[in-house]
Amino acid sequence: MARAAGTLTLAVRDLAVRFGGVAALAGVSFDVHPGTITSVIGPNGAGKTTAFNAITGYLAPTRGRIEYDGSPLTGLRPSAIAARGIVRTFQRTSVFPALTVADNVMIGLHLRGVAGLVDVTLRRRRLAAEESRLAREADGILDFVGLGRRRGERASELPYGEQRLVELAVALGARPRLLLLDEPGAGMTTAEKTTVTDLIYRIRDQATTVLLVEHDMRMVMSISDAVIVLNHGRVIAAGTPAAIQAHPDVIRAYLGSAGDRA
Amino acid sequence: MSGAGRAVLAGLALTLPFWLPNPYFLHVAIMAGIFGVLALSLNLLLGYTGQLSLGHAAFFGIGAYASALLTLRLEWSFWLALPAAVALAALAGWLIGRLALKLRGAYFVLVTISFAGVVALVSVNWMELTNGPLGLPGVPAPTLGPWSLRGKPAYYYLVLAAVLLASLVCRRLVHSRIGRAFVALRENEPLAESVGVDVTHYLVLAAVVSAAMAGLAGSLYAHYTRFVSPEVFLFSYTVTMVIMVVAGGKGTLAGPLVGALIFTVLPEALRAVVSWQWQMLAYGVLLILLVVFLPRGIVPAIAAWRVRQAP
Ligand SMILES: Nc1ncnc2c1ncn2[C@@H]1O[C@H](COP(=O)(O)OP(=O)(O)O)[C@@H](O)[C@H]1O
Ligand SMILES: [Mg+2]
Repeated sequence: MARAAGTLTLAVRDLAVRFGGVAALAGVSFDVHPGTITSVIGPNGAGKTTAFNAITGYLAPTRGRIEYDGSPLTGLRPSAIAARGIVRTFQRTSVFPALTVADNVMIGLHLRGVAGLVDVTLRRRRLAAEESRLAREADGILDFVGLGRRRGERASELPYGEQRLVELAVALGARPRLLLLDEPGAGMTTAEKTTVTDLIYRIRDQATTVLLVEHDMRMVMSISDAVIVLNHGRVIAAGTPAAIQAHPDVIRAYLGSAGDRA
Repeated sequence: MSGAGRAVLAGLALTLPFWLPNPYFLHVAIMAGIFGVLALSLNLLLGYTGQLSLGHAAFFGIGAYASALLTLRLEWSFWLALPAAVALAALAGWLIGRLALKLRGAYFVLVTISFAGVVALVSVNWMELTNGPLGLPGVPAPTLGPWSLRGKPAYYYLVLAAVLLASLVCRRLVHSRIGRAFVALRENEPLAESVGVDVTHYLVLAAVVSAAMAGLAGSLYAHYTRFVSPEVFLFSYTVTMVIMVVAGGKGTLAGPLVGALIFTVLPEALRAVVSWQWQMLAYGVLLILLVVFLPRGIVPAIAAWRVRQAP
């Protein structure tokens, strides 16, 4: 999709988050350019999830600025940030457990509907039209992630790998322009990881920018346009996958110590 | 429920005063209807958003007092006092929703209990307005054109209309993005926020609609018993509503109505056959049996049973 340069960029500037005495993020700056798959890597405890939480409004940064498309996100509630087109998934599997897969996605489509109290109580036709439009969109998303046949099952009864796909489908329901994925491949089999990798490509091709946290180095290095390396709450390197793989600090801090867990 | 089953039920409800003309039975049916509206109202919060309001009698009482005072003191027509009572209760619901915005679980429960406590105190102590513990006698019966709705058959139809209206509103809400937002708040609040559900907005909305329905029930109660006193704020009303919702099946559309019917008719039936102490015992045993054997409520249990029967 053609977009003017500089727009739809996520700009993180000097972001700091403290938990009591722990500096989870100690002044982090980076950009996520539109249309890319950008990965954030780093050992456990490096501050990756904390960065996601700060960007999406789940915690207030101690210091720093976060801007998207030229205007600040800091201080906005998560739902308002989602309304700006920025949607995240969670590191720990997070679905609506008691609901069917289809109903999970219908909630994900919340921003795609407009019905308010007056429409719901007084405008039956309008409500019915919206409901059938949303149901069609949900079907489309379920087919996209390959869960079409699971639509009537309770999310909590699906195997782990498919629950992660439900989570992805819920996030896609909000039609994100920027999608933040927190370890989408964690705990998955090699085959499931291939499915997820393929999905991430297809999501990017639908004009959604992807910011990815992932431990699987094979996955990260193959799909990323840019990689940001965090360690102890600081960016120690940023660049193309090739440049990162050759970076001495990265090898020392991350690849050398934590190792490739794939 | 099948279309035929629903048609039979509707037929029975519509013709009830003809095959059950006994005024006492009609009285029980009217009370079951009023409690049905209350249970539907509580279910929106407890069943769908997952928040327990233990001050729900406050909205009922506010509706009852508002309607009684407007018709008695300002001589408003019932047909104006009723929507005004609904609006006032809704306003109280909005207030509670705002107060409890960031509170969940036990803290939400505490705010609602305290609110009901304060409103009850006002009703007892603001003598000039409410006549205090003596209450307000002589609340006028509604009229419709030249007809008075004072008789039980006529009032039964009025209450039935209210039950249908409340059910319809609940049904529409539940099958819309609003109802799904309520459920999302109950099931997984952070995930709901991540896809743009403004959970505090929907919590307030649920409180407003729920309180409005309780206010409707309050107004109907006031003009039926034609007497309002601080008794309308009794905690036991709230407890009864909670039992009806939980026993019938919280988070279902039919559950609150089934619960309201059973737990209005049952105490009356018991009263006819056994002494007071045995009534309480039987009631308690039944509740325990329900909680042990049908923990999710009667309606979900029947639904699960029907699924098992179908091949
Ligand atoms: N809610 C919290 N309270 C206290 N400390 C936290 C909290 N969340 C994260 N931390 C700490 O912040 C640091 C970064 O954590 P996190 O962002 O989860 O790392 P990563 O996702 O890179 O593994 C860790 O030291 C972690 O213990
Ligand atoms: Mg993490």
